Amino acid sequence: MAALPSTSARRPRIAWSALLLSLPALLVVLVLFIYPFIFGFNLSLQDVDGSGPTLVNYSSFFSDPAQIDTIRITFTVALPVTIFTLAICTPLAYFMRQGVKFERLITILLILPMTLGTVMVAQAMERYFGPVGWFNQLLLWLHLLSSPINMLHNWLGVEIGLFILGFPFVFLLLVGYMSSINPDMEKASRMLGANIWQTFWRVVFPLSLPGIMVAFCLNFVANFGVFATDQLVGDPAGATHVLSVAAYDAFSNNNWPQATAISLIMGVLELLVVVLILWLRGWIVRGSVIGGVKGA
Amino acid sequence: MEAIQKLQMKGVTRRFGAATALDHFDLEIAGGSFVSLLGPSGCGKTTALNCLAGLLELSEGEIILNGRAIQHLPAEKRGFGMVFQNYALFPHLTAFRNVVYGLELRRVNREERARRVKKALEIVHLEAFEKRYPAQLSGGQQQRLALARTIVLEPGLLLLDEPLSNLDANLRNEMRIEIKRIHDELGLTTLYVTHDQSEALSLSDLVVVMRLGHIEQLGTPQEIYTRPRSLYVANFMGYANQLPVTVVENSNQECVVRTAAGDELRGVSTVEGSRAWQPGQQVLASFRPDETRSDFKDSGNRLRGKVRLVEYLGKAYEALVDLGKGGQQLLVHSPVALDSGAEIEFGIARARLLLFPPENATPASSAAMAPRAEESAIEGRR
Repeated sequence: MAALPSTSARRPRIAWSALLLSLPALLVVLVLFIYPFIFGFNLSLQDVDGSGPTLVNYSSFFSDPAQIDTIRITFTVALPVTIFTLAICTPLAYFMRQGVKFERLITILLILPMTLGTVMVAQAMERYFGPVGWFNQLLLWLHLLSSPINMLHNWLGVEIGLFILGFPFVFLLLVGYMSSINPDMEKASRMLGANIWQTFWRVVFPLSLPGIMVAFCLNFVANFGVFATDQLVGDPAGATHVLSVAAYDAFSNNNWPQATAISLIMGVLELLVVVLILWLRGWIVRGSVIGGVKGA
Repeated sequence: MEAIQKLQMKGVTRRFGAATALDHFDLEIAGGSFVSLLGPSGCGKTTALNCLAGLLELSEGEIILNGRAIQHLPAEKRGFGMVFQNYALFPHLTAFRNVVYGLELRRVNREERARRVKKALEIVHLEAFEKRYPAQLSGGQQQRLALARTIVLEPGLLLLDEPLSNLDANLRNEMRIEIKRIHDELGLTTLYVTHDQSEALSLSDLVVVMRLGHIEQLGTPQEIYTRPRSLYVANFMGYANQLPVTVVENSNQECVVRTAAGDELRGVSTVEGSRAWQPGQQVLASFRPDETRSDFKDSGNRLRGKVRLVEYLGKAYEALVDLGKGGQQLLVHSPVALDSGAEIEFGIARARLLLFPPENATPASSAAMAPRAEESAIEGRR
């Protein structure tokens, strides 16, 4: 009896404490995201000598074919490796879910590269994939190659590096998402006559698609902003002159406004891709998986 | 689909680590019959079902369909259909697409697919809902959709894993009749897993009562209900009253026993080896509360006691009766209202008083798990 009025009286207080509790997070967002964004946006509208506001940084970027080409290069670096990583991780996550032997051990081995830094991965890649690395030596020994292939300091090097670094994240994300799918769904599919691949394509894949798309977004954004891997195992001056490298070059020339403008262009492009993917995802989810509200 | 003439499970054993969920399970299912596996959770009934379906590998034993061993066939090659407890409908597909799923995999042509899906949806009365997604259907509709998805393939064997346990009581009765109707209409050989004795009794040709991974008793519903061969099965069939008694005389036809209060009762035993019982032996007399009578003139067995609690069940009153000496309490049904505190006399037919040897290792779960036709708070209190 006494509980009723007190809960209604407590209601506004809950809102206050909730607000109070979210204050630190709000502060972090303000300090680490909103402020730098406004600061950066403002900076990108200045000329190198501090005068402005001006659109010169944007106009110079978009009037230079070499600069515009960095956009194409960044996409050709980020998109293939993102698609490849998801194409590898999705079936792998599905089969790990089937309950293979040593599941835990395999999972640990698969996600271990996450604990290595970019530099360690790059060093390891020099050993494995360099001209005298094990990989080339093996292929030569097997007579699959007549001369070593160049796998480092080019487009392929960046792709391999990004795959090694991105794989654990994507794999973990997908394993987590797929484990939320009721395993009876797969059993039901098999009882209806589907083999393991048909079950994957017809049931598990469509049900995982929202999760796959989120993983795609996160991995794509990380790959789009590639810098360290590009510097260490890519060709930052030529074939893999990506946007972040262009921004870094401007920064090195003490042209902060230009560098900021490039990173904002980068951000907008990432945002466009993410919005596109999330819009597709929302369309899929609305269309089917959640299937509207539960009937009466 | 290959029609079943005879399906045999021979010595089927399944272990999970050190635990044996199913222990040398033998069962023979005749084509067209309706068989129920009945038991509390953990008795191995779902394990048996999954082994038969091909969703679990056997640790030992074989499964023989029409004389051919099939235990090594994967689930999708056995041609059996299964309805899951939580239905496992595909949420991203409409009702139509859920039902057509198996037909598409079998490469049935388009016209035939449409015709068969339409027929299956008609059988379960869902023809108006083919464009809905599972989430837009009610629980009962989802259940019927799961059934339609399976029967559209005309499976050799229909496996039902507690299909009614997620439905409310009204819907449960309705769906029970539906399942019976569909079974009779299509003549599908059916294996039904349940922990509900009333479902098993009302649907089945053959009831298999399971306990700790083996078969405790196997028989027609009538046999299981009227002649349970162990205290465990009796418990499960609602023989809620258990009265410790001493054997006085043991003849071929019946057994005379004496209660702690000194009353002499006559009963029968369905237990093997009961012929050898000697006078003086301690046994348990068991009977169903709803088989007690107030007109005991010709029943011979008469008991007296004081009413402690009365509960109205609808078709009868159920009373908790204190026998006095010995402190025994029994559940008794009466067609007329009883007053708490009143002294009453009641009877039980000789043929309905069953005698069992006391079980040394009565599993703690068996009493708690014994469901009865009528739910009773008194029963829960005991």
